[in-house]
Amino acid sequence: MNKVLLGLLLGTVLGAIDGLSAWLTPAVRAQIVGIVVGSTIKGLIAGVAIGFFARKVHSLALGILFGLAVGFVLAFIVAYMQHGYYPEIILPGSIVGIIVGYATQRYGGPSAAPATTPTR
Amino acid sequence: MKFLSDKTVDRLRQNATLPDLFGTRYRLLERVARGGMGVVYAAHDEMLDRRVALKVLDVPAADGDFARRLNREARVLARLEHPGIVPVHDVGTLSDGRVFYTMKFVEGQRLDKHIETVTSLPERLRLFTRICDAVAFAHARGVLHRDLKPANVMVGPFGEVLVMDWGLAKILREPPAEASEDDPEATIVHSPKTSERTADSTQATQITGQGTVLGTPGYMSPEQARGDIAHVNERSDIFSLGALLRFLCAPVALANANSPRRREKALEAICAKATEHDPAQRYASVSDLSSEVSRYLDGLPVSAQKESLLDKAVRLYRRYTVPILLIAAYLIVRTLILIFFHR
Repeated sequence: MNKVLLGLLLGTVLGAIDGLSAWLTPAVRAQIVGIVVGSTIKGLIAGVAIGFFARKVHSLALGILFGLAVGFVLAFIVAYMQHGYYPEIILPGSIVGIIVGYATQRYGGPSAAPATTPTR
Repeated sequence: MKFLSDKTVDRLRQNATLPDLFGTRYRLLERVARGGMGVVYAAHDEMLDRRVALKVLDVPAADGDFARRLNREARVLARLEHPGIVPVHDVGTLSDGRVFYTMKFVEGQRLDKHIETVTSLPERLRLFTRICDAVAFAHARGVLHRDLKPANVMVGPFGEVLVMDWGLAKILREPPAEASEDDPEATIVHSPKTSERTADSTQATQITGQGTVLGTPGYMSPEQARGDIAHVNERSDIFSLGALLRFLCAPVALANANSPRRREKALEAICAKATEHDPAQRYASVSDLSSEVSRYLDGLPVSAQKESLLDKAVRLYRRYTVPILLIAAYLIVRTLILIFFHR
């Protein structure tokens, strides 16, 4: 599986799970659908970005760092739009970014090479 | 009357035994080591302007048994063109009748010396798999080494691994044209001049003929130790490789000293299976042994070890340490958030 696709899938799945975990907080249980959708989209965007980064840069440390940065920034934006819940959103969101960053560097394969035609 | 000192006599004796390379394309440089049947010198190939290793027979008998064996050793090497096996360049006879052959001059260290600088167990195991590659290739060509031990493996300056000293090699499958020329057992033995051998070489025990004992104690298989030549086959080399693997894993000066015993149980199981007394119980081929070690390196289960649940858990943890820690970190953070930010 190529790095971008792996990032996309992992980001989406982990984003959805991260969103679902909000159900454990009774105060926001009523908005769970919106949270899950938002978190899934956030994970998807982060996953694709991290996947593209992993395709360009082959470094586990930088991949993890980039994952952390993307996860943090996106989670911060979401928390800012929510006007609160900063630690509840930013901390898990950042860790999800790290996980996706690690996974894309460690497990993601190269994208399929373009077909070449023999010159003679 | 003036007496010569022992040192002078020794030097004169050494000079007297130096091979006369007159008439050949080689110029003698220095004595390197004593191998089976003869001495190995560093020489300069004047024609190709390169350094070569020149192995010369001890006895000046071009048509004798030892000459035939040295020729055979050269032919064995010649048929084994592999990056892990030292290539032979030339075979000939000196003016004094001694047979010689030249091979690649390997600048490096013997494995037993080299591993003193290799403190990482995975690195040592990767060296081992490269040795296995060379031996597996020889087996595929129908050649048994029969004297695999750390002293017979050289590690080059760029990490290249070369299996040396094929003096005890046995040819299992001979091309038809060659088969008729030599003794049916196709056995090569080292020089019986054990008194002249180096400290390492003196460990080797050799007796010529049926019931011959070939190999080095500690590394030779039970069937070799019994002199049961008829039952010496690929699995005998596997025994030696198992002993070599044990040697590579044994020193405790490994950097990853935090590796628990449980982790080494799998390696010990691999060594035990490779060095089974009954050849039938050993690995069927060197490739099987090599892939088993590779599986260990990859954190996969090995067939030689029956894993307990705890062993399996530890192995999986070691294989997926980072993802497990990341997921654990996520769960811990989520739990802490629930506890401290519960609203």
